Amino acid sequence: MWYLCVFYHRLLEYRKPEFESLAGLFGAFDGTTTGLLEWKLPEDHHPDSPFHFVNIPSEEIARNIASRSILVKGIYELWGDGQSFEELEEAVKSYPDERKLPYLSRDSTFKINVESFGKVISFEEQNNRLQKLAFVPFKGRVNLKKPDHNFFLMDNDDYGSENGLPPIVHRRIFFGREIGTADRKILQTYQLKSRKYLGPTAMDAEMAFLMANQAQVRTGKLVYDPFVGTGSILIAAAHFGAMTMGADIDIRVVRDGRGPDCNVWSNFKQYGLPMPLSLLRADNNLPPWRSGLKEMFDAIICDPPYGVRAGGRKSGGRKLLKGVVAPYTVPDDKRTGHIPSTAPYSLVECVHDLLDLAARMLVTGGRLVYFYPVLRDNESVDPNFPEHPCFKLVASCEQILSYRYSRVLLTMIKIAPYTEDIAEAARIKHLEFKENHLKWLEDGNLRSAVFEPADIHINGSSDAKFGTKPKYRGKYV
Amino acid sequence: MRLLTHNMLSSNIKGVTNGFPLLIEVEKVVEKQVDFNEDFLRNMFPKIEWKALVEASRTMGYTELPENAESSMLDSDEFLRKFHHALIELHLEEGALVCPETGRKFPVNKGIPNMLLHEDEV
Repeated sequence: MWYLCVFYHRLLEYRKPEFESLAGLFGAFDGTTTGLLEWKLPEDHHPDSPFHFVNIPSEEIARNIASRSILVKGIYELWGDGQSFEELEEAVKSYPDERKLPYLSRDSTFKINVESFGKVISFEEQNNRLQKLAFVPFKGRVNLKKPDHNFFLMDNDDYGSENGLPPIVHRRIFFGREIGTADRKILQTYQLKSRKYLGPTAMDAEMAFLMANQAQVRTGKLVYDPFVGTGSILIAAAHFGAMTMGADIDIRVVRDGRGPDCNVWSNFKQYGLPMPLSLLRADNNLPPWRSGLKEMFDAIICDPPYGVRAGGRKSGGRKLLKGVVAPYTVPDDKRTGHIPSTAPYSLVECVHDLLDLAARMLVTGGRLVYFYPVLRDNESVDPNFPEHPCFKLVASCEQILSYRYSRVLLTMIKIAPYTEDIAEAARIKHLEFKENHLKWLEDGNLRSAVFEPADIHINGSSDAKFGTKPKYRGKYV
Repeated sequence: MRLLTHNMLSSNIKGVTNGFPLLIEVEKVVEKQVDFNEDFLRNMFPKIEWKALVEASRTMGYTELPENAESSMLDSDEFLRKFHHALIELHLEEGALVCPETGRKFPVNKGIPNMLLHEDEV
């Protein structure tokens, strides 16, 4: 059945992929394998509009999607829409009675929400609009606190340009019954500013929950984050009931934190979430898994260090990997408490290791969800995302971070088993990385591209680019 | 460190061919209650090296696990409870994991094993 889905006007590219991941989680695709839903736009609506029609097999699935989602404001059974109240009345009247009457009965309570996308409407205007709904034969009583049925009256009227919202061709009014809405209160509960233990790159709550939704996290699943840091991603996974495991090369992060009650464990305690099954100090470049171990995790979710805000590290000193010095032999009496040296870990190598780990350690059908940085200086060229024979890329959602670069959330599904051939190819690649250590570091030098000063004075056109605010900002929201 | 983690780890020192299972040196064991989830246990069972789990749980002072196990035993609630307890409720708070081949100790502090290698082990 077709429903009206209204999104929050945020993170535009993340909206449909989140919806479809949750649809998969709640069984909308049983029997099919596409993982894609049918979508339609209301007449003359911009693709970035918050209003979309979507085909979902059942009301129950729709309700589950809405209440779990972060970006769905609500899913509604549309009773009618039109460019004016006259058109709306006609549409609602011709909507079949057997779909309407059960929700209008005498013994039920109801509430009507009146909203307008892109602007605030006064209480008086809300009342005016409610009066115009007199043609709907409501028999029940109004209950604003706990109604049996919620209805909504929403429109997108002309709100002028220059406000960063998608352009509107003409007004459209929607009326219908609410099926479910998102619970964005969890974002307040988990907001970073009230979290005890934070690092410089802690993932904000909204994004962490979106990542957990992309990964289809649910009760009893095992989720792993190889760059766990302060645990911000695993906290979202644990909130949805997953068992969690995390690793990090930096012991300050995983163990000491900032004292006995300010560390990764305490972050889970703060929210009353189950503790991670395992935290471990390990190097993603030389993972300590036993041979033969595979297909342990249902999802791997992470924000790899790509060297802009936090740089990756791996085992082995810089000079050691360059071949300038022989490995330092640790004297026997100093082995306990010895802090081994680490070297920079380039993005290409890091992503290679991540894909190899995921190919081996994910169950078939398991999901790898991670951020990948892209430079924005060449907008016409589609960036090449990492590929792997075991994986299919199902979603790539861009979030613009600065004028120079974005990060793209990639969602990949494991579709083929990890074979000996693939393992061997990965081993050879690993050795190649070791040999060309410096070359890969140069190649992966994203940081200098991001922070290099702009030539505003030499290139006259840049002034214009910075000077005027674009009329419609699209993905910036 | 839970025994699930112990069951996954091995010593990956360069040149070591038989780094699994790591021996456990116990200083302090605590029990941490985890919600029982049957599906999770059923999923994990085929991936677990049973002998290593039995040995490890004995080192940690839990002797209830049977010497051998097969998937038909998953139908017994009693077995599942024991498996659950040994796999994810026993927790090594302080101690060490010891490489069976070289004797190198990987310390476990505040429940977190440090598997990072020294320069001459990479």
